[in-house]
Amino acid sequence: MRALVTSVYVFLYTPIALIVLFSFNAGRNASEFTGFSTEWYGKALSNAFLMDALQNSLVVGLVSATLATLFGTMAALGLERVGPRMRAIFDALFAAAIVVPGVVIGIATLVALVQVFGIANGALAAIWPGDAPPKLALGFGSIIAAHGMFTMALVTMIVKARIASLGRDIVEASSDLYATPMTTFWQIVLPQILPSVLAGFLLAFTFSFDDFIIAFFVAGSKTTLPIYVFASIRRGVTPEINAIASMVLVASLILILSARLLMRDGRNTATT
Amino acid sequence: MASALPNDIEFRSVTKAYGAVTAVRDINLAIPKGSFLALLGPSGCGKTTCLRMIGGFEQPSEGKILIDGREMNGVPAYRRPVNMVFQHYALFPHFNVEQNVAYGLRQMRPRISETEITRRVAEALSMVRLDGFAKRRTHEMSGGQQQRVALARAIVNRPAVLLLDEPLAALDKKLRSAMQIELQTLQRELGITFVLVTHDQEEALSMADQVCVMSAGRIRQIGSPQAVYDRPADLFVADFVGKINRFSAVLDADRLTARLADGRALSLGTARDLAPGRIELALRPEAIRLEKADGEHPLSGIVTHRIFLGSGVEYAVQVEGFGDFLVTSDRSSGETGLAAPGDAVSLTFGPAAIHAFHASEDA
Repeated sequence: MRALVTSVYVFLYTPIALIVLFSFNAGRNASEFTGFSTEWYGKALSNAFLMDALQNSLVVGLVSATLATLFGTMAALGLERVGPRMRAIFDALFAAAIVVPGVVIGIATLVALVQVFGIANGALAAIWPGDAPPKLALGFGSIIAAHGMFTMALVTMIVKARIASLGRDIVEASSDLYATPMTTFWQIVLPQILPSVLAGFLLAFTFSFDDFIIAFFVAGSKTTLPIYVFASIRRGVTPEINAIASMVLVASLILILSARLLMRDGRNTATT
Repeated sequence: MASALPNDIEFRSVTKAYGAVTAVRDINLAIPKGSFLALLGPSGCGKTTCLRMIGGFEQPSEGKILIDGREMNGVPAYRRPVNMVFQHYALFPHFNVEQNVAYGLRQMRPRISETEITRRVAEALSMVRLDGFAKRRTHEMSGGQQQRVALARAIVNRPAVLLLDEPLAALDKKLRSAMQIELQTLQRELGITFVLVTHDQEEALSMADQVCVMSAGRIRQIGSPQAVYDRPADLFVADFVGKINRFSAVLDADRLTARLADGRALSLGTARDLAPGRIELALRPEAIRLEKADGEHPLSGIVTHRIFLGSGVEYAVQVEGFGDFLVTSDRSSGETGLAAPGDAVSLTFGPAAIHAFHASEDA
């Protein structure tokens, strides 16, 4: 049993360890370690295409995570007030958004966006007074929308769990002590759910930042970091790719660990 | 309940239904200013619903609730001059004691100055004997201390009415009796109307000056603790407020004599206000004395158990044809040594101790 578990972990983590190891390879060959060097990190960070893709990924990640956090938290708060049947339906829908494969979401979003853009562009052209009506097209907006929709489900699930552990008691106590619903939200509810809101934001950002599949379908001409990496690999795996992967890995780990810490912190204060 | 004083709270034909379930049915109740009322009943009797309707957390489906003469239907909790002590305290976990207690004062408009808030918080904390705890985190405190923070957080606002939802249920027995005395003292000092919800009859009887016994969404009886205990309105109240021994009988046409199942006559002392026919009789365990069996008394039996309680003794006596009777005697009466399991005894009691009710009463 122990051997099995060990081999599972070895199988899982050896490739990752190798990527990190080879990102420090002095030679250009990806199968032979010829000496320690950080030159590939320097190369990666001075690659203009790469930096552009990184910037795109950061913008998409930050905007989509912000939107997802805002709407996801609002959805979680709103779902507290609906009936049990409505809540069950929405729970199922949010769970579905998380378990549906990325490929399906990617294709579905692409098809939907193209349809909507077709109709909207036609309508815009018809009513636009000038010669060159604005055209909606795939790009930042579509990646942000696709990522935002998906990660909103994630945020909602996380914040909902926290709200459920909060109970109605302190909200009623606040109301009993003359606080208006608005004051109760800012003074009592928000401080209590804030760790889970931040955790939701970090996970949403991490997801968006790491996502290749959905972005690949809806990105149009834009290049995000995972799309850039995918495109480069077709020209062969260089230690530069390994360096990028290692940096993304470390950044993602930091974000996810922070999210976990925040969620644990939230639970601790909940039990007291 | 005619009172010269104005009423702080009035229920006028209040009904509360949740879908098909009626939690509270046609309640009429007037709580005079400065009184200490206990809503007493088993779980699910509607007492908590009544309290929550006063607090503004539930709205009546029918009828009106008035606080201080003002109709409160539709008025949200945060605009009502009442404060509640929640069963599980509901302290704000991210605030310390002082911030918790000051919360209500900080919401008041026009604003209260910080110096005044500090003064009143300190005063409230000292009233619940928590001086020096102002900067403490609430989760570092014991259950009893948290309970007192919740109390301070409510009384600091000087509400017209203080609502207490089973406030002592989570405390251990010793702490509970200490808090009972503290609450009573506090109520007298503040002169605020207290409305206490409890399922513990001892708590209700010992603390309140008016007890309202409820069951199945209705009020069964309102009265002083003594009245409710000594003159219960029906079998349910008699049974819920203390222990009883009950048995059936048939009331003679004179309304004075009850015939037991074996045909023996039992005098009720005075004519009762009941229709002749089947009735239910009830006796409190402490109203019965045990004597050596002499064949004279209508109820005789064999002692089956003797339970020593410290302050008194509890006997179980099996009476042929009537089942088990519970008899308690305190030690000062000097009869502790009288009966032992297996002894044949007679149950003696004064006719005034017999409670008689219609047989149809559900309980």
